[in-house]
Amino acid sequence: MEATLASIISAAAPLVYATMGETITEKSGVINLSLEGSLRFSAMVAFVIAFRAENVAVGFAIAMLAGAAFAAIIAFASIELKLNQIAVGFVLALFGIALASFLGDNFVGERGQAVPHWPIPGLSEIPFLGKVLFSHNLMVYGSFVAIAATWWHFYRTRPGLNLQGIGERPEAAFARGINVNKMRYFYTILGGAMVGIAGAAYSLDVKLGWRETLTLNLGWIALAIVIFGGWHPLRVAFGCYFFGALQVAALQLQDVFPGLSQVLPIAPFPLMIVALMVVYSSSFGRLSDRYPKARNLFASAAPGAIGTVFERE
Amino acid sequence: MTASPSWVQRTSPTVIAVAVAFAFAAGLLWLIDAPPLEAFRLVLDGAFGSTDRASATLLAWVPLVLASAGLVVTFNAGLWNIGVEGQIVMGAIAAALVARIVPGPTAALIPLAIVAGVIGGGLWALLAGVLKTRFQVNEIFGGLGLDFVAAGFAIYLVIGPWAREGTASTSGTDLFRDETYMPTVEAFGTTWPLIPILIALIAVVGVYFLLRGTLFGLRLKAVGKSPTSAFLLGIPTNRYLLSAFLIGGALAGIAGSMQAVAFHHKLVPAISGGYGFLGILVVLLAGFDAKWIAPIALFFTMIATGSTQLDLRLGLDSAIGDVVQGQIVLFVVLGGGLALWLRNRSASRRRKAVEVPSGEGQEE
Amino acid sequence: MALVLTDIHKHYPGVRANDGISLDVEAGTLHGLLGENGAGKSTLMKVVSGFISADSGEITLDGNLLDLKSPQDAIEAGIGMLHQDPLVFLPFTVLDNFLLGSPGSVRLKRKQGEGELARVSGDLGFSFDPQELAKNLTVGERQQLEITRLIWLGARVLILDEPTTGISASQRIDLFATLRALSKEGLIVIFVSHKLEEVEELCDSVTVLRQGRVVGAADMPVPPERLVEMMFGKVFAESEKPEAELGEAVLDLSACTISDGTTHIEALDLSVGAGEVIGLAGLEGSGQRPFLRTLAGLHNPSTGQKTIGANDLAGAGYHDHLNAGVHYIPAGRLEEGLVQGLTIAEHIALTEQSGFLIDWKRADVAAETKIEDYFVKGTPRSTVESLSGGNQQRLLLSMTPPGLDLLLMEHPTRGLDVESADYIWQRLLERREEGTAIIFASADLDELLRYSDRIIVFFGGDVFNICNAADVDGEALGHLIGGRERV
Repeated sequence: MEATLASIISAAAPLVYATMGETITEKSGVINLSLEGSLRFSAMVAFVIAFRAENVAVGFAIAMLAGAAFAAIIAFASIELKLNQIAVGFVLALFGIALASFLGDNFVGERGQAVPHWPIPGLSEIPFLGKVLFSHNLMVYGSFVAIAATWWHFYRTRPGLNLQGIGERPEAAFARGINVNKMRYFYTILGGAMVGIAGAAYSLDVKLGWRETLTLNLGWIALAIVIFGGWHPLRVAFGCYFFGALQVAALQLQDVFPGLSQVLPIAPFPLMIVALMVVYSSSFGRLSDRYPKARNLFASAAPGAIGTVFERE
Repeated sequence: MTASPSWVQRTSPTVIAVAVAFAFAAGLLWLIDAPPLEAFRLVLDGAFGSTDRASATLLAWVPLVLASAGLVVTFNAGLWNIGVEGQIVMGAIAAALVARIVPGPTAALIPLAIVAGVIGGGLWALLAGVLKTRFQVNEIFGGLGLDFVAAGFAIYLVIGPWAREGTASTSGTDLFRDETYMPTVEAFGTTWPLIPILIALIAVVGVYFLLRGTLFGLRLKAVGKSPTSAFLLGIPTNRYLLSAFLIGGALAGIAGSMQAVAFHHKLVPAISGGYGFLGILVVLLAGFDAKWIAPIALFFTMIATGSTQLDLRLGLDSAIGDVVQGQIVLFVVLGGGLALWLRNRSASRRRKAVEVPSGEGQEE
Repeated sequence: MALVLTDIHKHYPGVRANDGISLDVEAGTLHGLLGENGAGKSTLMKVVSGFISADSGEITLDGNLLDLKSPQDAIEAGIGMLHQDPLVFLPFTVLDNFLLGSPGSVRLKRKQGEGELARVSGDLGFSFDPQELAKNLTVGERQQLEITRLIWLGARVLILDEPTTGISASQRIDLFATLRALSKEGLIVIFVSHKLEEVEELCDSVTVLRQGRVVGAADMPVPPERLVEMMFGKVFAESEKPEAELGEAVLDLSACTISDGTTHIEALDLSVGAGEVIGLAGLEGSGQRPFLRTLAGLHNPSTGQKTIGANDLAGAGYHDHLNAGVHYIPAGRLEEGLVQGLTIAEHIALTEQSGFLIDWKRADVAAETKIEDYFVKGTPRSTVESLSGGNQQRLLLSMTPPGLDLLLMEHPTRGLDVESADYIWQRLLERREEGTAIIFASADLDELLRYSDRIIVFFGGDVFNICNAADVDGEALGHLIGGRERV
């Protein structure tokens, strides 16, 4: 049981990075649809660089840059060139997928670096929780930090409150002296860097090595989980672990229901559709008005100005 | 009022972008010690080097054209029909159903398979449309979700109810009966998929004509350009959006049925072949104009099929073809935006320098 | 301390929004800024609050020259602006709205913020539940929140843009008391409005803008006739409209209540005869648009009956209205009336043809005919966005079918040159001869007086007065628009 939970947590870690990054980006009002492409590309780059340099940390660093680069293109195209974010993001996604496949071709099958195992001394001795939470590696611990940091930033800091304002109603944020576009650049690129970490986490830890089907739609799944989680870091994280649990369950039920592991990865998507349907229905709005305490749990509407361009005059 | 850009100004960003894309590709090839010129030659050879290859290229061209034609309709209605992949899959599944259980001669089965494709793809698209109009689910995420649901359904069929005897394998179902195979025409030493080619051409011409010459197409364009004004002018916008989905899905469904009965002759999980997403690239490059679909799709198909030669002869991953396709569209889209941006920047600089005559100017 | 604006210029393509405006307001003054829509008030206030940059001119506060490149600069200088629609974040709590954008530590200390909110709002006489969602507050309460926030941030200049739109009478009394208290403490309060009575009641001094320029500045009290004259200019009172027979009622409203946002029209009874021309007067946002939209079927009355022709169309949809002989030409010519990107011929085809195929030849011929008929400067192949405003309006009018029961128009001649405006009215009066009733909203008093049989004046979101055009002159109409019944 403990081993199962532990494997869920470590398998979900890359998804956590990717979804936290995208949540931050979308909270500021920008949609980065290129996740599938930037994730694969960062995964490939991380593996190749780490392999060549025989150093995991360098792999992670370059992957972050790669993810940030994809995000920077989207930010520039949407903020400066006023191009459609969906169009640019989509094209970048396909481009990234192809580029990753092509450049990584020579390295398929190679055995590469892996993030070293690093149980936390003391904490990992705790019965049950120790094995589940504290007997992983730096990358997984980082994912915990990512969730906590994102949540903390949104709801407990001043800049985080401003961030929410930018995505919700940029004119109002602007009137309060916030430089909307500069902040959007920053958060989009930051989100992209986190996606880069996610890619590296995949090829250097979860599924060592590189091949074309490595990340298997994780980018699209991440987009779905961000929506399903209502752009709230804790709920999004829950979505990641829930998805991880589904995957593990499918693997273990393989004997009973053969092929389930093939079909189960699809699960986030109908969930996302249902979540979207529920969120925008009128009865849902009334429900969350009636129970204000649970408001955060129910509040699932997208940031008001998501996907739009902010213009001063 | 900014001056209308000249013909040169309008096309040069595209030309430059394409040139840059090729330069980039050459650079990539050089990076991995592959000879660029040789690679380009091999691609051309792979696409059209022999009649066999030319026939294969055209067979791959058909579903791309069909999907793209459908996307032109949905784009003109102002929709991002990302669900097109799923619509191809559902069309293929419907056609596969016919191929598996409906008895009859080829002359009846082929049209039935196509009709099944229309229904499968059309209904799947309609689902995305209803999610949008009735439940406010954005068609991008609704479509994406339905893509994966359709893919999941295909996998389920392949390893479940329609599995091959013995081991259930994701390499596909059993091959369909001989009568369900799309008939071909023999010429120049190989077989040509004449019927699919004709269907694809009819579809493109049909879409072009629909959008240019019919009231339906004009109303659709009005809805796409300005839903508010279209509504005030008396157009039932929701009905038109759903119709656009239906048509787009139907054409994608036909692409799927082609994949099933003209190409694979069985159901495989990846039956859509990526033609849906590739179609989006084609239409973006075509500027949402139906008349450019066929040539651009042919160009992309050529790159795709030709790239298999690169794998065989130079040991390169054939994904370079996908890379080039993606690059071209990326650079064209970004280039277009840059060109507009640069033009606006210089225009506003010129405007600031000019004295605006004072007066009661109210006329815009 | 004084706020001094010197020779502010701001122009947009084709229009001089601010044409050399100078203004001088002393500390502790409640200063009114009067003017019609389009007079330049909003632009000026956006410049002062840093939202947009002036092309030229100087702004000094307390002797210091200000360089306002962004709202941040204005905030630092102590200038705070309350927008007509308070810029609050609706899904967030009162407390978060209060704190968002404020300077301070990275760590957000909400408990402390609650205390500050209670303190400052208490001083001002307001009270808030910090956990309440902003979207559940009334407009008046949102204003109070914004004022609290601006005062907390140290505003020394408080600009209020049409603050009494959409608040209750008692909230208005509270607001005025607050403003008086603030100005007593030495703040500069600038009260932007079109409502004469309120400016008279509240302000110590007033500046009147018209067409981007200052046409008058004085200390209160100023005779209201003077204010009206400055705001609207000299108005011709003669009516040039030929008398016409009014026919049977085509529109019948019975106890009709219309509610939409800040508009609340209570139990209106109105009967409009065939061929009658009704002008809707009032400043923008006073209720004319919801009224017109309800008549067009884009919005439903909450209660009451609405009969057009022989049909009760109270709950019917827009397309039903189109079929019943009602036509609506909205104010946004490109945004709502025409489809940007389509040509004239395409628009004609859309509105006139039915069936499957487009008969381009017929569309071109019909387009040519309309172009000639209505003197539209364009060709069938011209895209509508390439036409000037006047030509767009002519096109919209040409697309209006003949033989209508009711023609509804929002600002039929806004932004048009005199020639186009005259021509539009010529064609409209022709329709009236045919028996079409015309209801139009306008900000041009001349136009209202010249062409209307009756005028409905809107003020504060409700119907304020219905009178015969022959019984009022420009001055009286100006008073009514400003919310003041002229004795």
